[in-house]
Order: sequence, then C-alpha cells, then structure tokens
Amino acid sequence: MKIKQISLFLENRAGQLLEITKILAANGINMKALNIAETSDYGVLRLIVDDAEKTSAVLRESGMITITSTVSAVAVPDRMGGLNELLNVIADAEISIEYMYSAFGQKDGVAYMIFKVDDIDKFEETLAAKDVNVSGVEEFGLK
Amino acid sequence: MQKYYQQEIECASPEKIRELQNERLVKQVKHVWDNVPYYRKKMEEKGLTPDDVKSIDDLHKLPFLSKDDLREAYPYGLMGKDLKDCVRIHSTSGTTGKRVVAFYTQHDIDLWEDCCARAIVAAGGDETDVCQVCYGYGLFTGGSGLNGGSHKVGCLTLPMSSGNTDRQLQFMTDLESTILCCTPSYAAYLAESIHERGLRDKIKLKAGIFGAEAWSEEMRRDIEKSLGIKAYDIYGLTELSGPGVSFECSEQSGMHINEDHFIAEIIDPNTGEVLPDGTQGELVFTSLTKEAFPLLRYRTRDICVLTRGKCSCGRTFVKMSKPRGRSDDMLIVKGVNVFPSQIEAVLIENGYQANYQIVVDRVNNSDTLEVMVEMTQENFSDNLGKITDMEKALVSALKAMLGIYVKVRLVAPKTIQRSEGKAVRVIDKRKI
Repeated sequence: MKIKQISLFLENRAGQLLEITKILAANGINMKALNIAETSDYGVLRLIVDDAEKTSAVLRESGMITITSTVSAVAVPDRMGGLNELLNVIADAEISIEYMYSAFGQKDGVAYMIFKVDDIDKFEETLAAKDVNVSGVEEFGLK
Repeated sequence: MQKYYQQEIECASPEKIRELQNERLVKQVKHVWDNVPYYRKKMEEKGLTPDDVKSIDDLHKLPFLSKDDLREAYPYGLMGKDLKDCVRIHSTSGTTGKRVVAFYTQHDIDLWEDCCARAIVAAGGDETDVCQVCYGYGLFTGGSGLNGGSHKVGCLTLPMSSGNTDRQLQFMTDLESTILCCTPSYAAYLAESIHERGLRDKIKLKAGIFGAEAWSEEMRRDIEKSLGIKAYDIYGLTELSGPGVSFECSEQSGMHINEDHFIAEIIDPNTGEVLPDGTQGELVFTSLTKEAFPLLRYRTRDICVLTRGKCSCGRTFVKMSKPRGRSDDMLIVKGVNVFPSQIEAVLIENGYQANYQIVVDRVNNSDTLEVMVEMTQENFSDNLGKITDMEKALVSALKAMLGIYVKVRLVAPKTIQRSEGKAVRVIDKRKI
C-alpha cells in the first residue's frame, strides 16, 4: 500500500530529535514508524505518522525543512524466513530498494515494513501477483 | 661566513638608497605611462603626466592600484612588456574567483631571485649549505622563488615542494639539510614528526626561512627550540614578485624591505593619506624595477608599521613589522589567499543560499577551514546518499576555486546566526 512518509533534516547534536517529538506530541500526532540515516555530522529522519499533512504543516511552521515522499508499507509474516521470502520476490523482479525499515509493533502475526524502491508501481504489482500482503491504510492506522 | 649577498646596496647609506629610488621611480613611471594604458588612464584622470613625478616626494600624487584593478585588468591589462618578452607567470587567487596572474621577464626573475638570495644569506646561508625548499612549486611563488635564491647563493638545493613528510624527513636526514624553507605551520609539523620518529639527533638544520602565513613570536620560539635552529620570517606577494619583498636578519625584529626594488608607504586605509614612519596603517608598494608587471602604489591590504634606523645587522633598508591584520576580509589559510566572496560564489553556483559562516582554526599547527551551510528545501532529500553526493560536489567545487580542502558542514535551516546589519561571515579561532 502506498503511504506518505515525511523526511526531515537533522543536525547531529544533543536535543535535536527532542525538538521534533515535542512538536508532534503537542499537536497530537502519532508516530507509526521512524528511521534515521546519518553521517557523522547530520542525518535524515524519516517518519510515518497518522496524519502526514498535518505533520508536514506543523514542522514547517517551526522552520524545519520537510519533504513528503511515497513509500510502500508491507506486512511481513512474523516468522523465520518471512523477510527472506519477500526479498526473494523483490530481487527476482529486479526492483532496487533505496532503503527500508520496520514500523513499530506488530499485529495478527505480521510485522510491517516500510520500503522505498525505484519503481513503486511495479513493486506493488509484483507483490500483489505473488499474493504478498501489501498493508492497507486502515490496518496501518493512518488517517 | 658571508654576511650579505649584495653588501653595497644592502648596507648603502639612506641618502644613496633615496637617490637610487628617485632615479628608478622616474624611469618606472615613464615605463608605465608608455606601456600600461590602464594605469596611464588613471594618471590622466588625475591630470598627471610623468613630468609630475620628479622624485619620491611626488609619489603620493600617483593613483593607487588595488586587487580590484588587477581583476578588472585581467589578464593582460597591467603588463608593461609584450608577451614575447615574458618567460613565466605565477598566480594567486583573486577576490571573486578571478585569479591574479603576474608576468615575469627573465630580468624580473633574476632580480626576484636576488631578493630571495639576500634572505638566505641573511639567515646565514652560503655555498656550503643544503637548502631544502618545501614551499609548493608551480603557480605559487614560494617554491620557485626560494629555489632560485638558493641557486644564486650556491647552496645545494633540494626542490622538495610541499607535502610527503616521509620523503621530506628522509632527504633531510640523508642529505643533511641545513636550511629549511616552508610555511611556519609546516615547519612546526615537521618538528613534531621529527620528535615522534626520534630523528632529532640525525638532523643538521641550522636555520629556517618561514613565510606565506601569519605566525607568532611564541610559535617562532617553539620551532627554534624544537629544531635547534634560528627561524627567520620572509614576506612577499605574487603581485610584486613573490617571497623576498622583505626578509628578516639576525636581529629578528622586523623584515628589511628590499628598497632598491620596492618603495614602501604606509597609508590610512580609509582616506588613502600617507602616514609617517612608525604609524600603523596599510602597506603600499611601488615596484621600481619590475618590467613585465610594474605595479605602482599597489595596496597590499596588510596592516603594518615601518621602522627606520640602523640595524645591528648592518643593513640600512627600512624594516616592516609582521602584518598585524588586513584592511579587507581576505584570510590566509595554509598560505593560500581566501576571500569570503569566493566561497559565496561557489555556494550560490551549487544551489545553496548565501547564508553561511566560515570557521578558521589551527589544529596541530595546521590551518583548517570549515564552511557552515544551511540545508535548503530544494537540496534536501529523503535519500542520504543524494545529500552526501551534493556535499562532496560542493567540497570539490571549493577545492577547485581555492586550491585547498574545505570542510563543508551542513546545518539545519535558520541556525546560522543572522546578526543585525553586517553578517558575521568569518570566525577566526586561530591564536597567532
């Protein structure tokens, strides 16, 4: 399922992440997944939240740079070899993964993973054809 | 031991030097009037002809030249000779990316090398010495200037150029170098490396000639103690020839200006008014003997003091203090001229905003240059690789512009302080 991801520029200093979670908490925004890619000096914070539009708006009001991109949330069976099978399907279809990370929590025996790929349409079609559960907005709890 | 390279002029009476300067100035003004339309126009605008300059008392009438003029006249506009008469160029960076190119006839190079030879002899050098030159060779004047001077003195010259410390130390110990020519920070670095490797007993250095960047008396004492040498300062700029415009003698209390080739003035940088000896102000040079690039009243932007009087070394040339600062925003980092405007131009060209801050520091005796740049909406990406690629491209572009490594530090938007009025672009943490 295609969902919205908010990315933010982070400086590598104490308290930087706190500034962001404070804003999210104050605005009643619930985080579903979080990931940080970093160098020694700075990083990129990627967020899946229940309300992407509102999040983007409140962060920008605070002077932060955000970009919204489309990523795919996938329900991966929470058992040995679950992710391995999924990656096999993706590799066979010759789809490149830019990055991936897991979402908080799990339910009904599945764990959710977020994928950023080079061709999201092909990615979702491939998974659907192989009967892999691409999670929906509802089960992921997004507005 | 030989004490002077050209004793007759180095120890000439002030009257004799003045007489020589008068004669050469009149001739040089005529040369410039006849051959440099750019300067002739400046003189005409002030209603001057060469007849108005009969001695150095008339020098103050002449218009100034600045780095802006060099940029405007780039590349050939200030030449006093045809290209066919020139044999070499050297170059340094200009204010906004356009480089300064200085031309030399063989005669110019000959006189420049004499100036460097005077510096080497003043540092105790003669034909029995082994002179290790680790200034950069190439467009930078340091390497070839000292190299030429060393040849003239008759030293065995090691044309090492800069960098490659292992090789420097190998030659220094195997060939028993006695004179070291490099930047003071590289000398300090070499000294440290020598101690770390336990080579102190194997080196035979007796003197060092260190220039091209600012250094303190404290740093001098440290280097002298660490290497067991006497450390001499040397000053110069590409626009006038290169190192050797002035040099230190055994007294180590200021640098003797080679007054047979250059007239020095101190001016008020705001009004342009000439100030008396002993007053701090901007140093201005008139080149008396340069043929290919004959600059008259060139504003160096270096803030100095001139002192006259007989020196214990026997030389009569006026002495200039170490530059105490700049009347413009030029920074000297690792011996390289850096203008904030150059960095700004590169940032804008690479899609960053002109809001930036430059931090200069000295870590382990070596200058560091860091540019803080704010991330922008346009340059941001959820893909970290794209950001680091852009950062690398910016580092390469800055290196291409300045010739030295600049660390780029990307910071969050609006984190660089906006000050009221004039922005604080440069933070220089070096304690020199």
